[in-house]
Amino acid sequence: MKTISTAIFEAPSVDWWGLLPQMVLLGVALSLLLITSISRRKFSTAFSTLCSVLAGSTVFLIALGLWGDVQELGPRSSLASAFAVDGFSIFFTILISLGVITTALISHSYIEREGIDSAEYHALLMCSAAGAIVMASANDLIVLFIGLEALSIGLYVMIAIHTRRVEARESAMKYFVLGAFSSAFFLYGIALVYGATGSTNLVQIRDYLDQVAFRDEHILLAGIGLLLIGLAFKVAAAPFHFWAPDVYQGAPSPVTGYMASIAKAAGFAALLRVFFAALPSYKLDWSPIISALAILTLVVGAVMAILQTDVKRMLAFSSVSHAGYVLVAIQSANASGTSAALFYLFTYSFVVIGSFGVVSLMGWKDGHSLDRYSGIGSSRPVLAITFTVFLLAQAGVPLTSGFVGKFQVITSAVDVENYILASIAMLTAVISAYMYLKIVMTMYVTENNSEGPDITIHWTGGVVLGGILVFTLVVGIIPQSLINFSQNAVPVLIAG
Amino acid sequence: MIVTTSWYLVLGALLFIIGGVGLLVRRNPLIMLMCVELMLNGINLSFVAFSTALGDIGGQTVVFFVLVVAAAEVVVGLGLIVAILRRAPGSTADDLSVLKG
Repeated sequence: MKTISTAIFEAPSVDWWGLLPQMVLLGVALSLLLITSISRRKFSTAFSTLCSVLAGSTVFLIALGLWGDVQELGPRSSLASAFAVDGFSIFFTILISLGVITTALISHSYIEREGIDSAEYHALLMCSAAGAIVMASANDLIVLFIGLEALSIGLYVMIAIHTRRVEARESAMKYFVLGAFSSAFFLYGIALVYGATGSTNLVQIRDYLDQVAFRDEHILLAGIGLLLIGLAFKVAAAPFHFWAPDVYQGAPSPVTGYMASIAKAAGFAALLRVFFAALPSYKLDWSPIISALAILTLVVGAVMAILQTDVKRMLAFSSVSHAGYVLVAIQSANASGTSAALFYLFTYSFVVIGSFGVVSLMGWKDGHSLDRYSGIGSSRPVLAITFTVFLLAQAGVPLTSGFVGKFQVITSAVDVENYILASIAMLTAVISAYMYLKIVMTMYVTENNSEGPDITIHWTGGVVLGGILVFTLVVGIIPQSLINFSQNAVPVLIAG
Repeated sequence: MIVTTSWYLVLGALLFIIGGVGLLVRRNPLIMLMCVELMLNGINLSFVAFSTALGDIGGQTVVFFVLVVAAAEVVVGLGLIVAILRRAPGSTADDLSVLKG
């Protein structure tokens, strides 16, 4: 703890190699904006998409290099231990970089179709992805907050980027107001934890809690509670989920997929690092609360999804119930539960990006009601099969990645003998399956009375949907290497 | 009467609560934006109070970060409000009700 009178500035050592992923994303984003602003030539959408895909691929390769590094030499932290380079942060860097690539490719045809400014869209995509990586790597609550805001502010604009649509404006305003509200809760939580422990650094907080027996419990517990509320808002866990259906429905479909996957994964990354890594000594206090949140989230997500008639709202509530499954894994508060949560997030993210990719192809100006999907099974068989696999994976049918994820999550609840939670998780999986099968039935069984929507699939979208389809099936059949990957990514806190 | 740290903490909590309630109750988008600022400044006051009480400079540096983030948030928020009001002048939060179900 530096006192005010003797504070001397010591420049912290910087591990540039570990910071490279964010720097690449921000650098490409800013260059893209600069080039398209000052050049007289009009750049095509393909140029911006290419920039995003190249930046995402570079980050992916850097992250793979860092992964080998960390597995060999062990985790490290830099910037005065405010920034961690460990298996956990690299796991999420890989997930986020793949999320950027897939979202950029799926957005390509959407941007061309709707006439949106592509350079701004892709620059925001990359900036918010950099924020998400910072969130997953933060070893300090303030760095975490900055990452959270960088992610959220980028998303507010991405949702509103289609300003001609009244739904997009409304959705952006709702997300902005509730996002700012929840960020304020999160920040107040940081303030109270700082007041109780004297530091915002996660390592110092953990050490303080281990060493100091006599401390101000009330302020600390209030701070932990506020941190949890702020993050529960971000990951759309009930009872803080009420913004999700409206925002997911009004946002452009590729952005919805990005929000439901990457933004949610970053929120869970923050939750895991703060609660699992920094506050293990309060396990008995936070684990039951997360368990209760998980039950509520599972039930609300499954039951409310059945009542919807709009496919985007159905998927929004299903994404709420997926948050419940991740919380089931987190409440077990041990390494195997955490790796189950990581596995679930990794597989779920791609399935949800794929699902919203299909929704984006299907949606035209007249909304996303379930009727639009009737008869797709005969008129567009390949698209229908792809969507069916994504929906079955979300339902947790065997031979898809979703089954392995759900199996691990429920096993982790059984391991800590939380049988009630495990049975509720299985029960709500059945309720959710009804909703997914309703969409599948509509595609195949219902007769198509109109001539059907006119869909053209650009090759960029086709490649991504095909890739996610293969990934979902391969992980469903041979999941072992991804399970090992997630087991090596359990967070550790390290100083210096 | 001595003004102790807890006075500042109570004032910060009050500002936070006033901002939070205002955000939920008021319908004018600009006033909702002001309420977010009020919440953040209540938090800033708590940070400075804790920082002084602990004799640690970290809490005061945090305030600078929060100010920057708050400014960035306001820029986006005002942009959104302008986009909404230009299409529908004089609209309030109650008019944003296309999405429901």
